[in-house]
Amino acid sequence: MTITLSQVSKVFGDFTAVHPLDLTIPEGSFFALLGASGCGKTTTLRMIAGLEDPSSGSVLLGDQDITALPPHKRPVNTVFQSYALFPHLDVYENIAFGLRRQGVKSVAGKVDEMLDLVELGPMARRKPRQLSGGQQQRVAVARALINRPQVLLLDEPLGALDLKLRRQMQLELKRIQTDVGITFVHVTHDQEEAMTMADQVAVMYGGRVEQLGAPAELYENPRTTFVANFLGTSNLIEAEVVDAGSDHALLKAADSKLRLPTERAHTTLRAGDRILAGVRPEKISLTLAADEGTIPEGRNRVPGTITDASFLGVSTQYVVNSPAGPELAVYEQNVERDSRLIPGADVVLHWNPAHTFGLDSAQAIDAGTGEDAA
Amino acid sequence: MSAPLTPLTLLTAPIRWVRRNLVVIMGSLALVYLLLPNVVVMLFSFNKPAGRFNYEWREFSTDAWTNPCGVADMCGSLGLSLRIALTATLIATVFGTLAAFALGRYRFRGKSTAQGLIFLPMAMPEVVMAASLGTLFLNMRVNFGFTTILIAHVMFCLSFVIVAVKARVMSMDPRLEEAARDLYAGPAQTFWRVTLPLAAPGIAAGAMLSFALSFDDFIITQFNAGPSTVTFPMFVWGAAQRGVPVQVNVIGTAMFVIAVAIVLVGQLTSNRRKKQAL
Amino acid sequence: MSPALTTAPPPPGAAAPAEAPPAAPERRPRLTPYWLLLPAGIWLAVFFVAPLFYQASTSVQTGSLEEGYQVTWHFATYWEALQDYGPHFLRSFLYAAVATALCLLIGYPLAYMIAFRAGRWRGLLLVMVIAPFFTSFLIRTLAWKSILSDSGPVVSALNSLHLLDVTSWLGLTADDRVLATPLAVICGLTYNFLPFMVLPLYSSLERIDPALHEASRDLYAKPSTTFRRVTFPLSLPGVVAGTLLTFIPASGDYINAQLLGSPREQMVGNAIQKQFLNVLDYPTAAAMSFILMALILVMVTLYMRRAGTEDLV
Repeated sequence: MTITLSQVSKVFGDFTAVHPLDLTIPEGSFFALLGASGCGKTTTLRMIAGLEDPSSGSVLLGDQDITALPPHKRPVNTVFQSYALFPHLDVYENIAFGLRRQGVKSVAGKVDEMLDLVELGPMARRKPRQLSGGQQQRVAVARALINRPQVLLLDEPLGALDLKLRRQMQLELKRIQTDVGITFVHVTHDQEEAMTMADQVAVMYGGRVEQLGAPAELYENPRTTFVANFLGTSNLIEAEVVDAGSDHALLKAADSKLRLPTERAHTTLRAGDRILAGVRPEKISLTLAADEGTIPEGRNRVPGTITDASFLGVSTQYVVNSPAGPELAVYEQNVERDSRLIPGADVVLHWNPAHTFGLDSAQAIDAGTGEDAA
Repeated sequence: MSAPLTPLTLLTAPIRWVRRNLVVIMGSLALVYLLLPNVVVMLFSFNKPAGRFNYEWREFSTDAWTNPCGVADMCGSLGLSLRIALTATLIATVFGTLAAFALGRYRFRGKSTAQGLIFLPMAMPEVVMAASLGTLFLNMRVNFGFTTILIAHVMFCLSFVIVAVKARVMSMDPRLEEAARDLYAGPAQTFWRVTLPLAAPGIAAGAMLSFALSFDDFIITQFNAGPSTVTFPMFVWGAAQRGVPVQVNVIGTAMFVIAVAIVLVGQLTSNRRKKQAL
Repeated sequence: MSPALTTAPPPPGAAAPAEAPPAAPERRPRLTPYWLLLPAGIWLAVFFVAPLFYQASTSVQTGSLEEGYQVTWHFATYWEALQDYGPHFLRSFLYAAVATALCLLIGYPLAYMIAFRAGRWRGLLLVMVIAPFFTSFLIRTLAWKSILSDSGPVVSALNSLHLLDVTSWLGLTADDRVLATPLAVICGLTYNFLPFMVLPLYSSLERIDPALHEASRDLYAKPSTTFRRVTFPLSLPGVVAGTLLTFIPASGDYINAQLLGSPREQMVGNAIQKQFLNVLDYPTAAAMSFILMALILVMVTLYMRRAGTEDLV
């Protein structure tokens, strides 16, 4: 069922955790709320679960207003961070808990079915503390899913698992979601996890949704510096608008001229305005300054000097200092490696202007980078 | 490979052994010091003393064990102590648990004052509390007896129950109750199915502690008892002036053996359950 | 009595939250905590706090039980009590201090052994520390009369080692006896309050990560240095709790002095008890217990300020 948050906000004392927020989570989707800790994503989730009362606004499930409904009356279940399995009950009773509270008389069949789904049949009579992290996580999912909720809420459900198990559980959760076909709302701070699992991602920052969209769209065309930096890495170059054309704008950064498609500019384009021109590191190609003539016409170019090169097997990551901007990152696939591209070499960075995006220069240029998130 | 036994190693080896195990030796001696009186009590429960006092060994006898209630008033005092301890435990556990939830769960104005109030009885010599409460009862012309003892016992047991339960409540993950509410348990069901079972070990610890405290209390009881309410510790105190019957040792030994047996059986079964489950 | 459990480790099985749990829900009315506190609060206010104030007023009253008492601001009672019972106060604090020091000396190795050297016997050893409580402490204190009796093994052993000469030179014993001497009273106090020292010591030692010992050794510390620089500082909360839980009740105790001592060893507790229950001089009893409380409060405050640990509850 569709969840609609309309003008929902949450204030704790004098701290606003969530600013008035409008959000529609389509039925049957795998929806991720992504952000660093303290961005309001968990509070948003808890307001959908009913564990937190919104300070304003309303929560709709389908077309029913559930804002005032206490959690035990909402057809919504949660997989809690660190699972919150009842330590005094065994696996079986943990899974049966919700059914029993709803007054279901014979729970055996459904519980066994659920135990099979998460492959925990032999563990039914164990206490939660006797299970591994991955097993506990599956119990937490089973305990929520057995109630056939309209929406399943997942609060950092994989946060406590190691990397390998995480990958495995990501696939498993995705499979379960496809099987049962209900709406999943997934809170995470791991951008990779959000991108691999979700159909729709809402990136949250400072209690607001920065951008909402499909993972590829968010990555290829970020609208804010936070999204640009938090999802992957971006090179943001401070530039000035020279000429705002109808389909392309001409920008000037140091002595370089750059072209930016107008539909990828997420700020006003007027000649003389400051703007941040962004491009992802893997879109950039490196050519030795001496060979500049081989670069095809019509590409954005920026000169620079390599200061660092790290070989990563599949690719090589370069750091290039340029008059247009310091420490630009470039990822080159190791297909035909030019052995002359070493620190100290003068190079030209060039890319297809269609990969350039334009951001409002009034924002903090380092929002969402590691330094900022920490 | 072992070093050859030279006279030097013969001498240094024991010294090194003692040095390495010094802590264990001293700790074991401390345990002996702690348990010696219990052994003596047990031993002297089989004594046949010459006079009214049972302090020096004379000859082996099981007279006292075959007739534990053979001393006037002793078993009656035991019954009184049990009644007081059970009632005081019940009241202190209920009231203390409520207060512990307030302190463990909520932030509110006056919380630190409340906490100080609860800490104070534990940081005060018993004789001060005993004399002050006794003075109050005297001046209110309350008749000393079962009720005054009970009031006093609940008073000093409360703090211990609160501390025990509060520690447990604070270590409980609030997400567990949220999970219960999320899984269709209403407020009452959440309390009975999740909160109470989770807090139970703390409540049980508080109840056992207050039972032991009340049952064994002497100082506060002496100041607040009436002439006809002689608890077991008061009986022993009186006996220490008049003459200690061997039956006192029988009771002491029996309580010790029963309680240790219960604790050991409990530990063994919980160990076995853990092993089975793994 | 086991106030020691106040610092016992948190019960096992509690699923400790991985990070700070979310704030408690605020949907319940704000009055709830006050309602929950009400029964216990009233009980303590009426039967603990009010009596203390009542006692304060009694201590400055004059009169008799038959004719009634009036508040006459008769502070002379305090002065007289201090004059008559000054030695009792001194003895109380001296005996309690010595007993506390002995408890620390005897209890620390025991707690250390249980925490670090007991292995799977840990549970059993803890039971053995608590086990004495299962027999009424009056009965156990009386048992020391047998152990320390004039013809008993302890006296004859001390005599043959000529240790009694030493203790008698120190003023701890007299006439080749142990019973009815300060030594017997201190021995009884130490014995009675030893578990109050051991349990908090154990619970603070038990929390020390054994890896810290290894790290200290790895960083060139001798075992004795490891103890001085790592183990002992980390166990300080337990030391503070244990010394308080031993010293406070020991200084108000009158049972050990009564059962194991003679009139020469009477402590302030004996004096209060006598004034209250035998002489029926309530103002004097009240004044003395007020002085005792005040002195202890001052000492505890100074001690806690020095030790710097105030989170005992």
